[in-house]
Amino acid sequence: MSDTSSSKRSAFDRRAFMAGAAGSALVPITARAATEEAKAPAAQDPSLPVEVTLHVNGKDKRLRIDARTTVLDALRDHLKLTGSKKGCDHGQCGACTVLIDDRRVVSCLTLALAAEGQEITTIEGLATDDRLHPMQQAFVDNDAFQCGYCTPGQIMSAVACVKEGHAGSEADIREYMSGNICRCAAYPNIVAAVKQAAPEIMKG
Amino acid sequence: MRPFSYQRATDPDMAVQALSAAAAANHPLSQAIAQPLAGGTTLIDLMKLDVMRPAAIVDINPLAQAWSAIEPGSDSLRLGALAKMSDVAAHAEIQRNYPVIASSLKLAASAQLRNMATLGGNVMQRTRCSYFRDVSYENCNKRNPGSGCAAMDGVNRMHAVLGTSDQCIATYPGDLAQALIALDAVVEITGRAGTRSIPFAELHKAPGNSPDIETTLQPGELISAFSIQGRWPRSVYLKARDRQSYEFALSSAAIALDVQDGTIRDARVGLGGVATMPWRAREAEALLKGQKFDEALAQRVADAAFADARGRRHNSFKIALGKRVVARALQQAVTMEI
Repeated sequence: MSDTSSSKRSAFDRRAFMAGAAGSALVPITARAATEEAKAPAAQDPSLPVEVTLHVNGKDKRLRIDARTTVLDALRDHLKLTGSKKGCDHGQCGACTVLIDDRRVVSCLTLALAAEGQEITTIEGLATDDRLHPMQQAFVDNDAFQCGYCTPGQIMSAVACVKEGHAGSEADIREYMSGNICRCAAYPNIVAAVKQAAPEIMKG
Repeated sequence: MRPFSYQRATDPDMAVQALSAAAAANHPLSQAIAQPLAGGTTLIDLMKLDVMRPAAIVDINPLAQAWSAIEPGSDSLRLGALAKMSDVAAHAEIQRNYPVIASSLKLAASAQLRNMATLGGNVMQRTRCSYFRDVSYENCNKRNPGSGCAAMDGVNRMHAVLGTSDQCIATYPGDLAQALIALDAVVEITGRAGTRSIPFAELHKAPGNSPDIETTLQPGELISAFSIQGRWPRSVYLKARDRQSYEFALSSAAIALDVQDGTIRDARVGLGGVATMPWRAREAEALLKGQKFDEALAQRVADAAFADARGRRHNSFKIALGKRVVARALQQAVTMEI
């Protein structure tokens, strides 16, 4: 089973598949089963941009993007919402954390197309008018950052951490904030900030 | 990342049909031309690394309504494959009656990733072998069959000591799978011909001579649910790792016991972080059945679990570590209050 031609074969098949997909709105396999054709989901031509409507911080944003665009790249490059940061771009550092339907996720591993119809909240959507969100204020009060690059992700993650009920103790905060890396190691102050903001957030 | 076509599957038939595209190409599932997108935490990551190169993405998240139920019965449990890790970990009845499942999930990944990743995707996650993940290494039998294995004589501290072959020593990285294999979970699989069910132990394959074939799923098949018979309140998941949180296991143990009047009636031992696939240590389980627990027994069980282990240059420490993890997890399971 040690087939050395596998990678070449793979490339060939991929090309053939793409060529087939480009000319048709349907997945090519459906040609093999005409009766099932009506049930096949529509596939977009990978070489063309796609239209997508993202609901960001309470507003609908219509975009024409490459299907490969992540939520993070859509926010930063297309909507100029550069608060969410690109650290590792592989879901390991948490700098890109946003809320989708009120749950914290890493936007670098979320396809924009897959987030259509969902409510995306970024760091830009936290404050109300001129008043900082309690978690933002707590980060300022506790000096919970040095360079600040991880801070938007930390704050978004911390808001969710509190709402999930995982900010009851320092140990819990550390455990449930472990997906946000701070290379300046401001962790003690981040924990203090989360502790400060938690009661205010919980009482709404 | 290479271009792909994106489709949203709004019912299982659509998903299965779109994914069956790969069947004609005769690829192993992991390299199939069409890949399902659930949480995306493995797939998008590996596409960015150019390790996975699907030409079509079939977004199966619209199936969540039908496939994400968490259903504890009076003496059983059914978990939809699209249930999120975080939701299952936080479920009170799972914490009470299946603590090994709840803690295997809680101790995995980060809060963000657990909100995204699904149970089905979790058990299908790919190895973290750094040579597999870095395409600048040509010699990876898993990624590029027949090309050799850079890990054999490379930096292999994180690699497996059980279930290895001379083709591949990549570690299976997940946590939940150890709990599911220990509890004899049944995997419900939806394909073109309807659904079929297999024991969890028959889902993954040892690398052998074809490390690129990781599971017995066929292209066009999707895991739709897991089910477990019985309740396992006396069960634990212990995970030893380089960091206290948010790290893959160096060694882990999923233990489930049925103890009556001090005698172990039934015992399950799953091992993680040390094997090429989710690992059930049946010979270790056999030593426990009918016995009363003490430290000497724990040591014999741990030795049995690693009797066939083979270390390489940097990972032999996992054998000693793994035995201690098994012994400590057994101790915890025996003494836990239920």
